[in-house]
Amino acid sequence: MQHLQRLEAESIHIMRDVAAQFRNPVMLYSIGKDSSVMLHLALKAFYPSKPPFALLHVDTTWKFQEMIAFRDQRAKELDLDLIVHINADGVRDGIGPFSHGSAVHTDIMKTQALKQALDQYGFDAAFGGARRDEEKSRAKERVFSFRTAQHRWDPKNQRPELWNLYNGRVKKGESIRVFPLSNWTELDIWQYIYQEAIPVPSLYLAKPRPVVRRDGALIMVDDGRMPLNDDETPEMMSVRFRTLGCYPLTGAVESTATTLPEVIREMLVATSSERQGRVIDQDAGASMEDKKQEGYF
Amino acid sequence: MPQNAHETAVADVEAYLRAQEDKTLLRLITCGSVDDGKSTLLGRLLYDCKLLFEDQLASLQSDSARFGSTGTRELDLALLVDGLAAEREQGITIDVAYRFFTTDKRKFIVADTPGHEQYTRNMATGASTAEVAILLVDARKGMLTQTRRHSYIAALLGIRHLVLAVNKMDLVDWQDGIFDTIAADFKSFAANLGEMQVTCIPVSALTGDNISRPSAAMPWYQGATLLTHLETLNVGDGLGDQPFRMPVQWVNRPNLNFRGFAGSIASGAVQVDDPVVILPSGKTSTIESIATYDGPLTRAQAGQAVTLVLQDEVDVSRGDVIAATTDRPMVADQFAAHIVWMHETPMLPGRTYQLRLGSMAVNAQVTEIKHSVNVDTLERMAAKSLDLNDVAFCNLSVDLAIPFDPYSDNRTMGAFILVDRMHNATVGCGMINFALRRAANIHHHAMTVTQNTRAAAKQQKPCVLWFTGLSGAGKSTIADLVEQRLHDFGHHTMLLDGDNVRFGLNRDLGFSNEDRVENIRRVGEVSKLLVEAGLITLVSFISPFRSERQLARNLLQDDEFFEVFVDAPLAVCEQRDPKGLYKKARAGEIPNFTGIGSDYEPPENPELHLSASVFSAEQLAEQVITLLRNQGIIAAE
Repeated sequence: MQHLQRLEAESIHIMRDVAAQFRNPVMLYSIGKDSSVMLHLALKAFYPSKPPFALLHVDTTWKFQEMIAFRDQRAKELDLDLIVHINADGVRDGIGPFSHGSAVHTDIMKTQALKQALDQYGFDAAFGGARRDEEKSRAKERVFSFRTAQHRWDPKNQRPELWNLYNGRVKKGESIRVFPLSNWTELDIWQYIYQEAIPVPSLYLAKPRPVVRRDGALIMVDDGRMPLNDDETPEMMSVRFRTLGCYPLTGAVESTATTLPEVIREMLVATSSERQGRVIDQDAGASMEDKKQEGYF
Repeated sequence: MPQNAHETAVADVEAYLRAQEDKTLLRLITCGSVDDGKSTLLGRLLYDCKLLFEDQLASLQSDSARFGSTGTRELDLALLVDGLAAEREQGITIDVAYRFFTTDKRKFIVADTPGHEQYTRNMATGASTAEVAILLVDARKGMLTQTRRHSYIAALLGIRHLVLAVNKMDLVDWQDGIFDTIAADFKSFAANLGEMQVTCIPVSALTGDNISRPSAAMPWYQGATLLTHLETLNVGDGLGDQPFRMPVQWVNRPNLNFRGFAGSIASGAVQVDDPVVILPSGKTSTIESIATYDGPLTRAQAGQAVTLVLQDEVDVSRGDVIAATTDRPMVADQFAAHIVWMHETPMLPGRTYQLRLGSMAVNAQVTEIKHSVNVDTLERMAAKSLDLNDVAFCNLSVDLAIPFDPYSDNRTMGAFILVDRMHNATVGCGMINFALRRAANIHHHAMTVTQNTRAAAKQQKPCVLWFTGLSGAGKSTIADLVEQRLHDFGHHTMLLDGDNVRFGLNRDLGFSNEDRVENIRRVGEVSKLLVEAGLITLVSFISPFRSERQLARNLLQDDEFFEVFVDAPLAVCEQRDPKGLYKKARAGEIPNFTGIGSDYEPPENPELHLSASVFSAEQLAEQVITLLRNQGIIAAE
């Protein structure tokens, strides 16, 4: 078997085991390329049935507008259950990345919001699209990652994982985060998207977009909520995004790649890793690990 | 952008993807100690395969200055692969991490596992999915105890290809004599490991010699570099040629017109119209179709995740195996297997664990530890229990006959994990060697007079009243009173008392944890026989461990077992001390005394909770009688 076929089969195996082992699983759908691949694999795993779980999107209210439109359209055309959860407390308190900074915003609108949703619906398993090649602390992540009733991850107390035997036993309130794309790399993801013609938001393709330069990152002015300094004037530049998240926290790269093959070609000669565009990773070296322990995906 | 630029990109990417079409996946494990330079080797592979981005290199440069141990201004490549903050502080790797690198020929997934003494568990985990093991030795030190240990565990987990990377050749002046001696030592040792293909390569991870680039410093070495070897190694597992097996993961039933069985093919191939057997039921059918999202297939083979539709309406559920009719897996409820224990709480024979094999989950016990294995010397030793990182050859018994193959023939069909039923931790893993013949040749005989007819003759429902609690809580006193009342009503009873049973049936057992488990197992089996005889059975045993009480409960039906917790605080029991045992225990004369030298685990959901420090024994006995009436064991007044 070719390596993408092996990866595909492994991911399908993981998804079917979750459907069989858990009472109430959910798929975290973040609209990006990894989520798009994960959703596509779910369609394959359960065919001709529909995936036997809902999609959950934790909406921070600061996503790119196009992401939201893409999300709603996909859910509609595939006729899937889509749960959108927004942290109402955060909205009431006016939490946002500009007013409160990226750390507070991410904690309240993303991490806390996710915990609220998991508690509210009582999910005992949640699929996430994280890959082991993304970041150092992810390299040790299990496919089935155990979380306490408080949603905490304890890197020292994870279950050994052998062969393709996944232990999904949990007590009430505890849960498992499941990462079916663990063994995929960024290049695998793009190759698979191309090979299978999987729809992804066009933010991944280059287009002239209004951006300002902040702290070395190119930030797109996606709506009127972005406060501009006196010396800032949005400039139209041909840019694309390597990851998608909250628009104020997601740096664009200059690019002329307007088609998928061009994106793949640019990536084959790329000189910076994909998480570089994410503002939250650039604190102290092990920050992703700290965030995960608190329940971030 | 002009149209032809797009076309060029499409053509480039198409060409690239075509070139990748034959790319295969190889899974590796690297083993070695902290000092052998394992992390440096992995960092070197990533670096040489140009898989580092500029920002990762920049971060590596700043990390090298902060944490680096190379002692030079050079990049410390090891830091690329040392993940968690805790590890950085300790300067060691503490768990299994997975790394990825790729060349034009292959994609590699590397399980990076630590090499120090206490981590057999991690290595077994990494080896379970690996096809090749790379063992590192320091050229200055040669083969160490741990080299033997890693080779043994790799072989135990079914790895058939070992690469011995003799590292740090730069520190021994690139001498061929040193390499030759180490390689010869290793090859003579590896001859004991069964079918193992061994390749030895002299390298320096620090300088990159013979990693991806042939070494100019070692012209005497004519073999392939490490990377070339890994790119060209043929690891054909032969699974495609084996008989067809597919554990059923999930039943796919979108509507009344479709019923498919989803799973990953463990071995062999299957075609439409092939006859198949469903195990353990033994029912047969024929493949009607093979459904996938990308359209129906006429044939599917090992490794593919498919959905099979059968021609007949046979009963199939998760845990069953669909197999070739001609060459079937074994089906048995007792087998011999190697076990690697992976948890701090020891494995005790007789204790019940959940065993997960393929997609099935059953209850299992180790019935006998044949011998444990000293992984450093490969010596066999006697053992009564297994501690973390112990390896042993054991007999196991499961509560249902299950289909399996020997692990050496089929990893998927012969591998299992053991799960603690209380805490849900994965506590051990195992590789099946063979079915035990005695299981295959003993069959239940259906008798005419049954438990129900025996019980009906006595106008009672048989059951077990299991009294548990600390020594001195009043178990035997209450049980005695209950039995007197039942006897007065004309019921047929039997009382098993801990001390009395230890004079006879269990006189060979002591008070170690292993023996306590066996003690309760035997009493559980005896009570089951008494229930089959139609008796109301009273068991008065301290029975301190939840898992053993659960074991006894599992032997009986739900409405036949009543756990009665005789609850008195330790201080009260110690003050009563009817047999003077607490005094002796406090004086250190009785080791492992429950409540003092050994734990008592109180029941979480007993059928009856008696407050033995509040009420009199007569009042408590009456509560038990009321329970029996309410449960329909004896007639209401």
